[in-house]
This record gives sequence, structure tokens and C-alpha cells, in this order.
Amino acid sequence: MKILVCISNVPDTTTKITFTNDNTEFNTAGVQYIVNPYDEIALSRAIELTEGGKGTVTVINVGEAATDPTIRKALAIGADDAVRVNAVPRDAYFVAKQIAEYAKDKDFNIILTGRESIDYNGNQVAAMVGEFLDIPSISIVKKLDVDGDSATIEREIEGGKEVITVSGKFVASCAEGVAEPKIPNMRGIMSARTKPLNVVEAVSIEEVTKVTKYETPAPRGTVKLIPAEQSEQLISLLHSEAKVI
Amino acid sequence: MSVLVYVEQAEGKFKKSVFEAVSYAKAIADQQSTHLTAISIGNVAESELKELGKYGASKVLNVSNDQLKTFVNQAYASVIANAAEKEGAHIVVLSNSFSGKGLAPRIAVKLKAGLADGAVELPKTDAGNFAVKKTAFSGKAFAITELTSANKVIALNPNAFGVKENATDASIENFTADVKQSDLGTVIKDIVRATDKVSLPDAEIVVSAGRGLKGPENWGMIEELAGLLGAATACSKPVSDADWRPHSEHVGQTGIAISPNLYIAIGISGAIQHLAGVSSSKVIVVINKDPEAPFFKVADYGIVGDAFEVVPKLIEALKAHKG
Repeated sequence: MKILVCISNVPDTTTKITFTNDNTEFNTAGVQYIVNPYDEIALSRAIELTEGGKGTVTVINVGEAATDPTIRKALAIGADDAVRVNAVPRDAYFVAKQIAEYAKDKDFNIILTGRESIDYNGNQVAAMVGEFLDIPSISIVKKLDVDGDSATIEREIEGGKEVITVSGKFVASCAEGVAEPKIPNMRGIMSARTKPLNVVEAVSIEEVTKVTKYETPAPRGTVKLIPAEQSEQLISLLHSEAKVI
Repeated sequence: MSVLVYVEQAEGKFKKSVFEAVSYAKAIADQQSTHLTAISIGNVAESELKELGKYGASKVLNVSNDQLKTFVNQAYASVIANAAEKEGAHIVVLSNSFSGKGLAPRIAVKLKAGLADGAVELPKTDAGNFAVKKTAFSGKAFAITELTSANKVIALNPNAFGVKENATDASIENFTADVKQSDLGTVIKDIVRATDKVSLPDAEIVVSAGRGLKGPENWGMIEELAGLLGAATACSKPVSDADWRPHSEHVGQTGIAISPNLYIAIGISGAIQHLAGVSSSKVIVVINKDPEAPFFKVADYGIVGDAFEVVPKLIEALKAHKG
């Protein structure tokens, strides 16, 4: 079984998000980058499904040379080899096109991504790759089991879940619950340095989106404190003042 | 050149977030001086389809092919893209629900369209462009995204744009879709839905609790408070990691981001990752026994106190208020 896992390079979750250049660019000064947490979950599941000689895992990233350390982290977690498409990941449409272009003539059985990246929260790449390759895609998966040529998948829906089966190739975006994120061990970290990391060129595709500006949420006012002994006042304030109940 | 809105149905009915998407799409149609067409796929009664007229749809395409009774994003995307082309609709709107998230990107690729997913405001077209404000950095910021392609797809966040009535007489038209067998690659085996609970992404009021509750056995009062408010329940990451509550309740940067009218946080300190998930809430209430808890800095109302004493008092006060 050959699995392709798409990973993206994102600011770590403790980052205070700020913008520069008149709010048109994300401020990268001092920012630590990590493998997108949901992609780590996808990668961990891929490793579980292929370990013990059952298959191989390739990770793919669209990014410039600065993302190589993040790709090496994915190799340390346990991927067998990596590919980097040398380009700025300008939007999900562009990224999905690169992944589809790479994957189309290779025999991957399954393509996995995280449900969304924590920087753009797009939820787009998996479904777009599926569409570019004309294969099924399942988004926001909570459970993924494979039995031969068919897979049983649980995806999240409002108030519950849907259980789906699919045969043949598919793309899935993984959410919490699919796997416990694997922590790289010493052997993984050592071997990551020598595992293959191939760089390929990007293909061109029309531009369809452009982020022109960023905004931070408006600061909230100061808190109105209610003494604990008079907690019941909160209910009347929420009703008559805030008007939310 | 019309606007097309996909109206997602569940068990033959449309939810509030779908009427929000129709209201939003109608407002865009007005901006573009054109009309709004809705497309519904699956078994929906004519009376329910007519409801869409209340929110501004002047035409409803009713796709009731047997093979499309249950949701398969690949097939639905084909049908919707096909309808958009037939209707001359360059703008397609849908709700950013769990299904919408799997569907919108496929529609976008079919139409070679820019997709604004997680939209929170109407598009701005004053600079001769088409820019949509959407959430980014998991709730820590917003990105103004210009859709530069001729076709555009917008997935609207639940509870970001209200339901606005705009009564129109909706004409219902049966739309026969061409369905490719190869588009039906996934088969639904089972749908499990807790119908008695309020769904978290759609909820207007959310009651959330964290490690301050000390253990899963103490959640009874959280569920009781939520029940009285008609609220959904949520939790912080440590609580879902410890399996005290299901992952689907985890709100935060690596959980879900929500924007309810009221978010009540009990026994949650307010780490930056959790705040990211709730920053768009209209009103935030924080109950914590630690006066230094960071959450108080973003709260509208706060009570410094022991949750086990405060929450029962709130429950009593609510019962009195309702009674």
C-alpha cells in the first residue's frame, strides 16, 4: 500500500499572530514553524496502516527551501521519503494542483491531509486534490480503517457522524481521533537526515484568490465582574443588558 | 447572471444555517442587481422548498434523482457546477457546514473558481474587485480574500450573517441532473446523529467547561445548565485529550472555532489556543476561581468563584427566570 501524506508548514500554536507592511503580510519574525497538527495526525495514521512492511509513506509539501526542516520532522516521525514542490504555497487551489500533478502518474492508494491548516483554515486541499484527480474525497474524518482494496471511514457531521465505505483510490482529510500523533524517536530523528527529499518544479495554474489584507479581532472591553455571592445577577444581565438569553 | 445558493437538507428539512446562507446569497444578488436561485438535492417536500422564497430565492431547482438521495460530495459538486453553468450563475454560495467543507472545494475546482471558505461578511466590490472577509489563523485573525477568477464560490460560516426575511414567490423547477456512475464512489453505510443535543457549530449559546471541573463525573451540572439555555456543550483541549468529553466538543485552535451569541466558559483558564476558537463569540462569560486566569481579559462578564458553587446558583436563577 502506498500512501501520500500532504503536509504544510505552519506557525506553532502558541504564536501571537501579528501582521506587517500595513497588515498585508504575516509577521514571521521570531515565529517557530511546525508540521500542521492535523497533518501530523494524518501522517501518524498512514504510518500505522503501512508499518510492518505493509507499505510505504511519502510526504509532500509545497514550499520553498525554508520548509525543509519541517519536512525532515515528518521524516523523523516515520515517513519513508519526501517530495517538496518548490514554490510559495499561494493558496489551496495552487497547492492542490501541485499535489495532484505529482500524484497523478504514481500509484498511491490513498492520499491523506489534515482537515485544515491552522493558518488559513481552508479545509480545501483534500477535496480539491480529489477533484483534480477525479477520485472520491472525504473531509473531516474521525476514523479510517482499510481492508484490502476498500476503506471504512467515519466523517464528522453536525451532531454526529456518517459511516462511509469507499473502494479504490481516495483522498481523506483527517481530524482529531484518527490517530494519536506519533513522537519521533532517536532512530527516526537520525534516519530523517538521510531519507530522500526530492525537490520538483511547480506547474503553473491560474490565480483565483489573493489575500489583500489581514485584520485582527477588535479588542474586547473590560470585563464586568459579578461577585460570586450574587451569581444570579448574571442571568438578569445576560437577559436585559446583553440580550443573549 | 444570477447567484446560486446550495441549500443543504437533512431528513428533508433546512436548518437555520441554510436560511442564513440564502439570506446572504440574496444580499449578494441585490449587490449584483440580479436574482437568486436555490438548488436543493434529495427528497424535500414542496412546502419546505417554498420556504426558501421567504429568504429571497425566486427560483428553486429541485434535484430529486434517486441516486442523489444521500450526500456524495463528488456527485453533488458535478450537479451544482452544472446548474451554475446552465443558470449563468458566476457566484455560488453555500453554508460552511461539515458537508459544505467537503463540497465547496470540489465545486470551486470544477468552475475554476476562487473559494472564500469561512466567510463572515458580505463581499466588498467598491474597488472594482470582489473581496470577502473570512476567518484565518484559527480565529486569531481575519483575511480579506479577493476572488480574482470569473467564477466565485463562498462558504458562509454559521451564525455569521443573520436570517433575513425577503419574501419572494419561489417557483419550483424540477432539475434533472446527469449523474456519472464514477461520481458515486462513496457509499453511506450509517448515519449516527444525536437529535436531542444542539449541534456545536450551529449553536447560538454554548456552555463550555475545562479542567476546573476536576473529572468527567462532574459534568451533570454543565449539561443541566446547557439544557436550560438550549445550548450546546463544549470543552477545552485537556478535557478532550483526557477523554472526559468527545473530541467533537473540543473548541480551540486544534479543535473547532465557533462564533455563538453567548459563550460561557467554566473552569477554563483561557490559553491562547482556546481563545482562538472562541474569539468571534458575541458575548463571553468566564467563571473561574483564579482571578488571574487569562480568560478574564477577553470576557464581557466574569465571576471569580468556585464553579461548584456558582453553577448551581446560575441553574436556580435560570429556572426562576424561565418560571
